[in-house]
Amino acid sequence: MTKILTPTAEHDVAAHDGLWMSPADAATVTGWTLKPEGMCRAELCVPLPASAVGTNEVDVAAFWKKLGGPAIASDQRDVWALGAPADERNGALEGFEAPDFTLPDVNGVARSLSQLRGKKVFLATWASW
Amino acid sequence: MWQQLYSELKDENFMVVAVAEESRGTDHARPWIEQAKSDYWQLIDAEHRLEDLYNLVNVPQAVWIDEAGRIVRPPETAGSTDHFRRMDLKTRTMSPEDQAERLAARQAYLDAVRAWVATGKHALPADAARASLPKVTPQIAESRARFRLGVWLRAHGRAAEGDRQMAEASRLHPDAWSLWRQAADLDEVGKASGPDFWKRVQALGDKPYYPPAKL
Repeated sequence: MTKILTPTAEHDVAAHDGLWMSPADAATVTGWTLKPEGMCRAELCVPLPASAVGTNEVDVAAFWKKLGGPAIASDQRDVWALGAPADERNGALEGFEAPDFTLPDVNGVARSLSQLRGKKVFLATWASW
Repeated sequence: MWQQLYSELKDENFMVVAVAEESRGTDHARPWIEQAKSDYWQLIDAEHRLEDLYNLVNVPQAVWIDEAGRIVRPPETAGSTDHFRRMDLKTRTMSPEDQAERLAARQAYLDAVRAWVATGKHALPADAARASLPKVTPQIAESRARFRLGVWLRAHGRAAEGDRQMAEASRLHPDAWSLWRQAADLDEVGKASGPDFWKRVQALGDKPYYPPAKL
């Protein structure tokens, strides 16, 4: 199994030769679905080169690079991190809708920013280091 | 750190969310959180997800979000100042003047939060907010992915490889103090404020470590 880290999740996927995997796994990992037009999410499709599509499989590393996101592999290529494309981050921030997130508190209870809709929120970071 | 502010304002439709950028995890952050005796949200962000989402570079940074879930002040230093750079490293003390200025700057920032909650003051119009948004570059995006991978490798017994990924993350995004300092802390507790940290701070020259919020 190959471990894939996305900005908000971790997936264990049967992949070979990098990130070649089934279209179903590709959809789970990326949120994009393989169609004849390319990889699609809602109304948007990103065309893929013929070299990135096989018989019932797709090269997610090639797709991710086409999308403009970083795809970084460990030395043994058993763990990959797919980062958000810069344009996606900039687009979200320039729209000024505060990106939602879910993080645990010290007791492990998951808390989401969206639960606080209707309040003014002062969101601040800190660290022990 | 924010308990007094929160106690004053919690009946005004106001919430504080404090996020620990702490790759050593919950148990490492717990003593500080218990000591704070806070009743606002104290969340743990072992993978620095929030920094990725909001393009943050240091702690403490804050983002102000209004009732509709809109960012009204993009990321900025949350009341800290550069006075620490002038402290006597042997005695770890600041001059009384610097201490007073530092406290006053923090008070001014807290007062701005109070004014925002009371009247909406200091919320930026969209064009001003847009102008102050730091841009995510492809290098920064790659840096975040490498850092994420590095934290995972470190947590799974592959420290040397994780360190290499984190060092590359810092090289790609040299302004992100939180990436460099977190990596240093994972290497050894205390290293994030050790001699290498001070060397990096000195190398800033006239550039700020904590750019002051423009209120």
